[in-house]
Amino acid sequence: MTQADVIIVGGGLMGTASAFFLRQRGLSVILLERDLVGSHASGTNFGNVRRQGRFLPQLPLANRSRAIWGDLPGIIGEDSEFLPSGHLRIAFREEDEARLVAHAAAAREWGLDLDLITGNALRDRFPYLSPSARMASHSPLDGHANPRLAAPAFARAARRAGAVLHEGAAVLGIVKSAEDFVVETAIGAFRAPLLQISAGAWGGRIAAAFGEPVPITPAAPQMGVTEPMPYRIAPVMGIATTVKEEGVYLRQVKRGNIVFGGGARSEASLDTRRARLDPLNTLAQLPHLARLLPPIRALSIIRTWSGVEGYMADDIPVMGPSGKVTGLFYAFGFCGHGFQLGPGVGATMAELIATGHAGIPIEPFHISRFAQGPPG
Amino acid sequence: MAVTGDGVIVVGAGPAGIRAAERLVAAGIRPTVVEESARDGGQIYRRQPEGFRRPPEALYGADSAKARALHEAAQALHPRVDWRPGTLVWAIRDGTLLVNRAGQHEALPFRHLILATGATDRIMPLPGWTLPGVTSLGGAQIALKAQGCVIGREPVFLGTGPLLYLVAWQYLKAGVAVRGVLDTSAFAKRVLAAPWLAARPGLLARGLAYTAALRRAGVRIATNITPLEVEGEDRVAALRWRDAAGVEHRAACDGIGMGYGLRPETQLADLAGCAFAFDGGARLWLPVTDGDGRSSVPCVYLAGDGAQIRGADAAELAGRLAACAALRDSGRAVDELEMATLRRRLAGMTRFRRGLERAFPYPAHLAADLPDETLVCRCEAITAGALRQAGGEYGAAEVNRAKAFSRTGMGRCQGRMCGPAAAEVLAAARGIPMAQAGRLRGAAPVKPLPLATEAAP
Ligand SMILES: Cc1cc2nc3c(=O)[nH]c(=O)nc-3n(C[C@H](O)[C@H](O)[C@H](O)COP(=O)(O)OP(=O)(O)OC[C@H]3O[C@@H](n4cnc5c(N)ncnc54)[C@H](O)[C@@H]3O)c2cc1C
Ligand SMILES: Cc1cc2nc3c(=O)[nH]c(=O)nc-3n(C[C@H](O)[C@H](O)[C@H](O)COP(=O)(O)OP(=O)(O)OC[C@H]3O[C@@H](n4cnc5c(N)ncnc54)[C@H](O)[C@@H]3O)c2cc1C
Repeated sequence: MTQADVIIVGGGLMGTASAFFLRQRGLSVILLERDLVGSHASGTNFGNVRRQGRFLPQLPLANRSRAIWGDLPGIIGEDSEFLPSGHLRIAFREEDEARLVAHAAAAREWGLDLDLITGNALRDRFPYLSPSARMASHSPLDGHANPRLAAPAFARAARRAGAVLHEGAAVLGIVKSAEDFVVETAIGAFRAPLLQISAGAWGGRIAAAFGEPVPITPAAPQMGVTEPMPYRIAPVMGIATTVKEEGVYLRQVKRGNIVFGGGARSEASLDTRRARLDPLNTLAQLPHLARLLPPIRALSIIRTWSGVEGYMADDIPVMGPSGKVTGLFYAFGFCGHGFQLGPGVGATMAELIATGHAGIPIEPFHISRFAQGPPG
Repeated sequence: MAVTGDGVIVVGAGPAGIRAAERLVAAGIRPTVVEESARDGGQIYRRQPEGFRRPPEALYGADSAKARALHEAAQALHPRVDWRPGTLVWAIRDGTLLVNRAGQHEALPFRHLILATGATDRIMPLPGWTLPGVTSLGGAQIALKAQGCVIGREPVFLGTGPLLYLVAWQYLKAGVAVRGVLDTSAFAKRVLAAPWLAARPGLLARGLAYTAALRRAGVRIATNITPLEVEGEDRVAALRWRDAAGVEHRAACDGIGMGYGLRPETQLADLAGCAFAFDGGARLWLPVTDGDGRSSVPCVYLAGDGAQIRGADAAELAGRLAACAALRDSGRAVDELEMATLRRRLAGMTRFRRGLERAFPYPAHLAADLPDETLVCRCEAITAGALRQAGGEYGAAEVNRAKAFSRTGMGRCQGRMCGPAAAEVLAAARGIPMAQAGRLRGAAPVKPLPLATEAAP
């Protein structure tokens, strides 16, 4: 098959979930992935399924996504190790505490309930936390999942539902004819009247080719994992801070290992498609990890890694229809927080493409926010 | 940051690293020598801990003269090099080694880097191989050499390669009742490999002498065997195996030393960005070197068993040759005759190694028949079945993808132990050549890095 209702460029979580939900809505789909599905940001990320701390107008999308995460076995037949373990943001300073309080109040308006926990209650509920922690903002229904499994699981489900997925199919050029987009790839040409660009950090290049340049920068968040210790830390946790270097986070998986990340990012290259893990960043993470979770100091790190992620200048993604080309849709540049959103993005893009309505407000993410005004 | 010791760093103080450092010192350079262990000597000439006083003859047998010579050379180097024992190189970053010594971090910039990181045992999983009492051959030997301990009073040795017979013989000599030497390679292969093995008649004769001594002592030696299962409740009680005629046997034992040759420690070469190529003889991906030890990365050199398995004598020569290459590349005069002589002697050893690969091939065929329940990745407890599912149902076409889906090689050892065997299982399951199954990409830290590591003041 070289022709379909919709062509999706990019087989990360955004592309694979969109393919699956488009099939649910009865559209035929061809997905084109240059490497392997889920092998870039979607397969290398930290695995945080976190809503708190987000840009608030993104919460409808995050809430929609959270509902799907909770029902993955029913929807795609496997759970990708999603664990609604709760999520903690921990403040160590008075000003960070104040920000947690303000965020909790505002998030409630958007349908996200957060518990603010301090003092003895904090130590009773989470005895392993640092004694110097002042306050935790607890989001009981957030959690974590296994990034290595999620996008491939959506890809399998999409295939079972009849989508055509090609790996090793780098998109080399796209032309819009009267009716169709003609997509040239390393394995031949494909055509469809509708096109979704979910090419992650590479999305900006394709948008620019359609005359819609955006300020996007690739970067490499720094990850690591420790040897296992007995499983006892359910919630994902991170330091709530405005100081970049301090902003580390961690989660314990059921096998006992503690996965961590955060702090300064390193460089990523769109051309080599490699993200650099700078071991000096790993060293810089250590004191902050130990501050967040003192028992971690007894462990050893066994592996570090990174992935290529696209960051927009305003730290929110590009999502929605093109501002210039009919039939063209974007979902890329998820700024380090797209894993949680992935299933929701898929459902929303499918609804938008199939019906013309997203079902939830996504206007803040429209690509035209970067458009230059008309000359003169 | 000052460049330490003239900017030349040698990693590993085994035969290769010591001879490399010695050659650099002879040229008037003060290299930095980084060694993870507390003492120098490397694997084969591993020293007993300080305070132990067994004579070299007892520890190193026929190699005691070489051991003594190497240790003396190392001792003489200490005041003339920047000697850093007990120091692990855990990452490489932009021409800098990141090292950890007793929880203190330090960054060591280099201009020239010689990696002489040695090798470890190569394994092939087997039902029950993770039971207490099953050790690697090397582990069994180290226990004997470094600590004077044995892995059992009635052990069996299983695997293939010269080390199998050597270690069994060393145990026999230490007064242990060896219950069997079980070799997966057919004796006929040894005969066919004879023309290559003849490149080093002395070593060949020694190998034959070990075998003869074991036989004289009544130790059962069987070749062309198929290991079936390690039996035992909470520790090893017996090994079940099948002989060449298809008859099953059960050897009661209280310890098993197991090893199928060696695999180079190539993680640092990987982190340095060196190119790798598949070596059909060894059935392993190895860093590419020119004959003198230059890697594909300028100013990074590889020597000894860490580059290719050729044994201790070759490691000494390769260390010296790599140092010569580094000296020459940095503009110093090196006598061509010296290098030519080293190359010629190494050529014979390479030929011998090819003979060993033919005589004692890695039993790749066993991977296909491993029961699904058998653990392949010991650290993460991943079975052959899970790996096959990653390669089959989940479509992983090479070992990194299979790792992502199954966690094989994601544990403490980062696939240093199970990596090649996992690739064999995957290749067999998918019916693809081993080369196509790929190799696990290296990542920092090369070995576990304590979170309590602190930046040096
Ligand atoms: C290290 C790291 C940690 C992170 N941690 C978290 C976290 O904890 N929680 C969270 O919510 N988010 C996190 N993120 C962000 C999250 O992973 C991403 O936002 C999300 O996975 C983006 O999905 P995607 O499908 O847009 O991009 P990707 O997964 O990068 O997929 C894009 C795909 O497009 C393909 N492609 C590109 N160009 C072409 C072309 N021309 N032709 C064909 N195919 C092409 C690429 O090969 C790629 O597979 C993290 C990201 C990283 C890198
Ligand atoms: C367990 C075992 C037993 C063996 N027994 C015999 C035997 O009995 N007879 C025989 O002929 N051959 C034996 N061999 C082979 C023999 O060890 C080698 O041929 C010889 O030691 C190779 O010398 P080398 O200098 O290349 O490596 P090695 O002697 O192994 O030295 C490498 C050194 O590098 C150090 N190192 C590695 N990585 C790092 C790092 N990241 N940071 C800091 N330091 C590092 C190691 O600690 C080690 O001391 C054995 C090999 C093994 C693995």
